Amino acid sequence: MLRPKVDRGGSEAPEFISGADSANAPASSHVNDFALKLANVNGTGSASANSLLMQAIFRMGIPVSGKNLFPSNIQGLPTWYEIRVNKDGHTARTARFDLMVAMNAETYAQDIDEVRPGGWVLYDSSWPLATSLMRSDVTFLGVPYAKLCIEHFSEARERTLMKNIVYVGTLAALLDIDMEVVQGMLTEKFAAKPKLMTSNAKAIRLGYDYAKAHFECPLPIRLETMNETADKVLITGNTATALGAVYAGATVAAWYPITPSTSVLDAFTEFCEEYRVDAETGERRYCILQAEDELAAIGMVIGAGWNGARAFTATSGPGISLMGELVGLAYYAEIPAVIVDVQRVGPSTGMPTRTQQGDILLCAYASHGDTKHILLFPANPAECFQFTVRAFDLAERFQTPVFLLSDLDIGMNDWVVPRLSWDDGYRPDRGRVLSKEEIEALPKFYRYSPEDEHGVAARTLPGVTPKGAFFTRGSGHNKLGGYTELPDEYQEVMDRLARKHFAARNAVPAAVIETQPNANFGVVTVGSCDLAVREALAELARNGLHGDYLRIRGFPFGPEVDSFLRSHERMFVVEQNRDAQLRALLTLETGVHKHQLYSVLSYGGMPLQADQVVSSIVHQIRGTGRATPVGQVSSQ
Amino acid sequence: MSYIKKPAARHPSLQKNALGLTVRDYEGAMSTLCAGCGHDSITAAITRAFFELDIAPHMVAKLSGIGCSSKTPTYFLSGAHGFNSAHGRMPAILTGASAANRELLYIGVSGDGDSLSIGLGQMSHAIRRNVDALYVIENNGVYGLTKGQFSASADPGSKSKYGEANTQQAIDPVMLALSLGATFVARSFSGDKSQLVPILKAGLRHRGFALVDVISPCVTFNDHEGSTKSYKYTRKKQEPVVEMDFVEADFVPPASEITAEYGDGDEIAVPMHDGSIVRFTKVPEGYDPSDRDAVVGYLREHQAAGAIPTGLLFLDPAGSEMHAANKTIATPLAQLPYESLCPGAAALEALQKSYR
Repeated sequence: MLRPKVDRGGSEAPEFISGADSANAPASSHVNDFALKLANVNGTGSASANSLLMQAIFRMGIPVSGKNLFPSNIQGLPTWYEIRVNKDGHTARTARFDLMVAMNAETYAQDIDEVRPGGWVLYDSSWPLATSLMRSDVTFLGVPYAKLCIEHFSEARERTLMKNIVYVGTLAALLDIDMEVVQGMLTEKFAAKPKLMTSNAKAIRLGYDYAKAHFECPLPIRLETMNETADKVLITGNTATALGAVYAGATVAAWYPITPSTSVLDAFTEFCEEYRVDAETGERRYCILQAEDELAAIGMVIGAGWNGARAFTATSGPGISLMGELVGLAYYAEIPAVIVDVQRVGPSTGMPTRTQQGDILLCAYASHGDTKHILLFPANPAECFQFTVRAFDLAERFQTPVFLLSDLDIGMNDWVVPRLSWDDGYRPDRGRVLSKEEIEALPKFYRYSPEDEHGVAARTLPGVTPKGAFFTRGSGHNKLGGYTELPDEYQEVMDRLARKHFAARNAVPAAVIETQPNANFGVVTVGSCDLAVREALAELARNGLHGDYLRIRGFPFGPEVDSFLRSHERMFVVEQNRDAQLRALLTLETGVHKHQLYSVLSYGGMPLQADQVVSSIVHQIRGTGRATPVGQVSSQ
Repeated sequence: MSYIKKPAARHPSLQKNALGLTVRDYEGAMSTLCAGCGHDSITAAITRAFFELDIAPHMVAKLSGIGCSSKTPTYFLSGAHGFNSAHGRMPAILTGASAANRELLYIGVSGDGDSLSIGLGQMSHAIRRNVDALYVIENNGVYGLTKGQFSASADPGSKSKYGEANTQQAIDPVMLALSLGATFVARSFSGDKSQLVPILKAGLRHRGFALVDVISPCVTFNDHEGSTKSYKYTRKKQEPVVEMDFVEADFVPPASEITAEYGDGDEIAVPMHDGSIVRFTKVPEGYDPSDRDAVVGYLREHQAAGAIPTGLLFLDPAGSEMHAANKTIATPLAQLPYESLCPGAAALEALQKSYR
């Protein structure tokens, strides 16, 4: 059985950090600032109820996040959904739960244990709760969900499903969720299914009325309408990535199903069906290939890229391992390819439904021999959309594989991000591809020469003119494209490839840098760590520790990364893997000294929490933790 | 040797095809394979087939994996883009290439190591997908470039150059392809050009995956006594059971339902999508090249008796190839204007109403 470790998060925080969550804090401090966790059994329909809840809060204009912690299983195992509401926009994961909705008797003990002192437990009181589970420092709110559903619904499946909706109703009363918003959502959702509409509305009302009649509503943790989400959307990173591929003009996608990247292709398929099918003829302007494995998926992408189509694959760590061989071929033969890696926990099968940033080094140098790749690191779905488009431009401009390193947290959870925008003036950067006329005008065409200022040589596509024909090979070749085993000829091409990679440093998305006048250290991070690190920096600043912020968004590292590293004596590198892979890459690829970089690591598979970062940095600054440059390992 | 350039001179009386090209225009670089290698004969047959079909070389993409066989695309069609990819991975690369541009003609050249060991999965799935390509396995039962190890097509009991007997079962690409639902399955012999050229031509005209297994003796590592892939053994055992002609289309009718026309006696004529005709002649009694199960039965029986039946053994020209199954637009995907691919800002705005 899959049981995440109980993590009391902030329990490690140093004393001076004022606990905004103390049981004695005034009630007002909990308005639009709390976290709840819903413990369910997977396969019972809880997922849609939980999303409904999060969506309602979003529609009330309040910054919110939802994290789905699910097992690698279809039915019957425990699953959790965490919702964090924060008026200041600090919506990284927190492990201090004010309210637990305990709907899974099997995990009662663990779930009840996770509630902060002074918090609440909402549970199904159809059956009595064992006294051994009771805690004196939390309030238990019992609602007889099973009984209510048996009384009010007749079909067995409905009785199970509606329990979830009834607890949404209870929460609406307890947390002061705008019932009009909830009604509006149900109306939209079930517009075409009046029967479902009726039962859902009934279920919501059942839970709401029960709470009003039996509890003092609302609780001190409650919601108040804000106006912080009007120009925002609720979207997963994988959906945004798929949209990016559609907008970039990708026509060929090849993939092999793997959690957590599968929904990239699910979404791409849906969008293609929506936007790329001829209404009259039914003809498709795309080709999606579900490959036999990742070896084949990347092969198909390379074949399509060689032939002039924008092509991509989406996978996760195990898939990247398999793709290694052909990634080297694409690198050496200089063929564009876009590879989306939605990272999960490794090594090996690892934990397929947990998040990590463990593929940074693997992707940077994927394949045997001297290889180096372009990497893009989105931090949220909005960047997934933008960077996916950018990935296709870079792959074609530099004629090379480009990796988009997302992760499970970004990819599979709903995030509140600014509404995606699109410039209709955008045209793809197809890189240097010679037209028929350009080829005919040449005395002779050579594939790998002459090169431009980026070290890129023009390519030709099959089917244009016999004069443009050349032989693509992964075997040793010289700058003319001919087979070679001569040291100088081989090295000449390899040196150009290195120059080409280096040139890409100015083309990848620039790092985000935020400096403060009184900073005495730097914090370097990447990807989905963003929110937790920002929250941590704010918390540290409140306590007199001021740090500058650098979020890396691309590799090769741009000049701005170098200058940040040069201008800081001491930096903390925050990342979600055991081996400090970003730190390693920085020491390998920039002039920074190892001893300047201190690690803050979290790699248990849960999204990063601000208190982990705060605690680690404070310990390292004060010398109370293991303040070795090699790394402070988080306790998770 | 690769550094020896072929002379550019052309004999003035060389026959020209409909494009005004001679067979020399379908050649490539000098072969670097061993003198007498069966693969060079296959290269010559491939060259001939393209020439005779009047195919513009630049409209062909030639792909291969790794191994002696996979070197050969360099030796034909210098006017075509070539791709010498990675060991066993050519079928996927070809599939992706075909996905991007359905207008080109694809030829994949592979060997028994490339297709039946490291690339068995990819070849099998390319067959399942019915990718539109001519796929030639240059089958010699041995790893040549690494000097003589048995390959997966080596027959049990077959002896290596060093006298060792193979103890494992052979993978037969023809039987495998038939079981995977291949729509075009042929076996030939590199030493039988008169049979091989029409098969290759029919394969090029077939819409779908055309598998041609060509027994191609390795003169250096597998042409000795005790080998079942030697010239001598193959000549003795080859049984050209299904003789066929390939009659080119003189017009290209729109794709329509294809039905085999049974002629009098021992002839079967099958029209291809482009109007070409595959005419099976001297068909043995009870042999029906459109009946998969019957073909399998026939092959089992004859192979058990020690014969190597050759010819275009099975043909289903009506099978739905990858793009037909996908309903891909006729214009190659790689050539679609960007404007027809991007839904635009207004659509994004509209879509995001559902993300609220």
